[in-house]
Amino acid sequence: MNTNNTDSNSYLDMQLLRFTTAGSVDDGKSTLIGRLLYDSKSIFEDQIDAVQSSSEKRGLEHVDLSLLTDGLKDEREQGITIDVAYRYFATPKRKFIIADTPGHIQYTRNMVTGASTSNLALILVDVRHGVIEQTCRHSFIASLLQIPHLVVCINKMDLVDYSEEAYNKVVEQYKNFAAKLDVKDIRFVPISALHGDNVVNRSENTPWYGGETLMHTLETIHIGSDENHIDCRFPVQTVIRPHSDEYHDYRGYAGRVAGGVFKPGDDITVLPSGFTSKIKAIDSFDGALEEAFAPMSVTLTLEDDIDVGRGDMIVRPKNQPVATQDINVMLCWLNQEGPMAGGKYAIKHTSNEARCMIKEILYKVDINTLHRLESDKEIKGNDIARVQLRTTKPLFVDEYNTNRNTGSIILIDETTNETVAAGMIIL
Amino acid sequence: MRYSLTHLKELESESIFVMREVYAQFENPAILFSGGKDSIVLAHLAKKAFWPAKIPFPLVHIDTGHNFPETIKFRDDLVEELGVKLIVGSVQESIDKGRVREETGKNASRNALQTTTLLDTIEAGNFDACMGGARRDEEKARAKERFFSHRDDFGQWDPKNQRPELWNLFNGKKNMGENFRVFPISNWTEMDVWQYILHENIAIPSLYLAHEREVIWRNNSWLPVSKYIQLGPNETPEKKMIRFRTLGDITITGGVESEADTLAMIVDEVASARQTERGNRADDKRGETAMEDRKKQGYF
Repeated sequence: MNTNNTDSNSYLDMQLLRFTTAGSVDDGKSTLIGRLLYDSKSIFEDQIDAVQSSSEKRGLEHVDLSLLTDGLKDEREQGITIDVAYRYFATPKRKFIIADTPGHIQYTRNMVTGASTSNLALILVDVRHGVIEQTCRHSFIASLLQIPHLVVCINKMDLVDYSEEAYNKVVEQYKNFAAKLDVKDIRFVPISALHGDNVVNRSENTPWYGGETLMHTLETIHIGSDENHIDCRFPVQTVIRPHSDEYHDYRGYAGRVAGGVFKPGDDITVLPSGFTSKIKAIDSFDGALEEAFAPMSVTLTLEDDIDVGRGDMIVRPKNQPVATQDINVMLCWLNQEGPMAGGKYAIKHTSNEARCMIKEILYKVDINTLHRLESDKEIKGNDIARVQLRTTKPLFVDEYNTNRNTGSIILIDETTNETVAAGMIIL
Repeated sequence: MRYSLTHLKELESESIFVMREVYAQFENPAILFSGGKDSIVLAHLAKKAFWPAKIPFPLVHIDTGHNFPETIKFRDDLVEELGVKLIVGSVQESIDKGRVREETGKNASRNALQTTTLLDTIEAGNFDACMGGARRDEEKARAKERFFSHRDDFGQWDPKNQRPELWNLFNGKKNMGENFRVFPISNWTEMDVWQYILHENIAIPSLYLAHEREVIWRNNSWLPVSKYIQLGPNETPEKKMIRFRTLGDITITGGVESEADTLAMIVDEVASARQTERGNRADDKRGETAMEDRKKQGYF
């Protein structure tokens, strides 16, 4: 074995970054993704060949890179993107997962889905058109879903002769609009996805631009604080009881840390019972751990033999989530059919589940202008509304802004079993 | 870096989370085990997810009867080591019972027949969730697959009507007769799988490592000579150093020429590969949407 090969070991320092892109056919999104994949050597020859022959079959003169992502028969036939597609690429520094969401059909549903797990959103703006309705929509959803980082790519710089003035005008325009958003980190990059300027390589055409290339930003942006490492939350998924001779009395609580840092010896409280104990050990197949933080999957054992099961949450006694049956959420309605009047739904929150009803619709949000629509309270597919829910039992919740894991819920139709809505909790 | 995971640790944690959700949300789940590297990684992750308890699921193998002998040996050894139950669905039996008809001709394969055997096995075992090692980077139809993929009572996938999947909230609710396919390593790439196998030192069938074998050149790859394939008039077997990037039925799994006989060399080779791993799979070459068509009918 070649032990001196650093290539095969450097992967042990790689981090994972999930980002979302949204856009319609002509804003260059497919071209940009194609370029990121191509320049990072993540597109294979047989994929290029397949796309080339499909493009020719369709009588296209150029190679249509959207055929790489649009895999379903209906999508290819109709030339539309139906659903979120996940694409993967890696550089020596990071592995990337792109949630590529379509800009037209059911855009809210798809963008919200793609945004829910992302660290970063790429917003594409055509420098010739500036901030348009779609830009606002994408940015608003990114802000609503609390994506920590926004990178605004001002695209098609080649079509304005790489003019600094044109770029600055769009940056100003976007900043004015973004003042209404709740996003901590917004960056701008002048690019030409078609020619590759400032995508992977620094462009000679924009000597006035002192910032980083898009790829450099993606590779180095600090994502370590994207998870909550302060408020300890451990939703129990299942109880591990081996019933073997060696582990006869073993009771481990399996779950994924949803917030904070747990250590052996920590005082804990189990919700909803309120029983208290101490963490005896943090177990994993690879041995006992000294600490566990989000998003690690571990197994906790406790000093005392108390009753703990799925749906319970292990927290610190002095830092507890809010126990409530009245939950205020910003709700995205994902289903084609709106909610039934007085309808009851199953509600999922971490590993917990209950039933709930929509008690009151407070207002709807116009996602293009961010205006509250106080008089329009009829929720339809792809609408976003502030609503009040009443659950059959208390849930242990945090504000979505402080913890995406314990601040999010979904609603499920009890007849069709479909996931009909997604909600961000507001306290 | 404080409080940050490597990409492999994060992927591992996500997969373990998904497997524990399956255990908690379903009554009778199973792992679909092909003997390929992805299902081997799946079994390894299951071991980690439930330790110190045993894996609480049986392994289900759909046996086409056209296996590499090494695969079967490897499967049996692993089942013994893990102490889990093995359930075999036999395509030969489906043929004998008249449930399916064998393809004929030079490119004949039992790949498509597996769907019937798989669905019969799921029904007979009453499995309400079957975990598979499919990854989204493998094939374009799979890029749109969910972690929890709902199947109707005919076992069919409806790609246009999938449940949205947000955050880590997985909806496994279903009506009588319906079931789920669950893909815990959806977000892994071929590279991630190999790096993980290397890092965790997971045993894999020797077929993945370069070895000398009798092969013929067919459909742009080196197809292993076996008693199940018919040689064409211009096809002469040659000896080549090859390895397999995927393992399926012996009749459709093509090898690539390679000198990589250690895991580290495979990782390097995958890093510089210019062809996708499924580029050597004859089952995907039967049309632009071959995978989607099979998946809709209930394929893996």
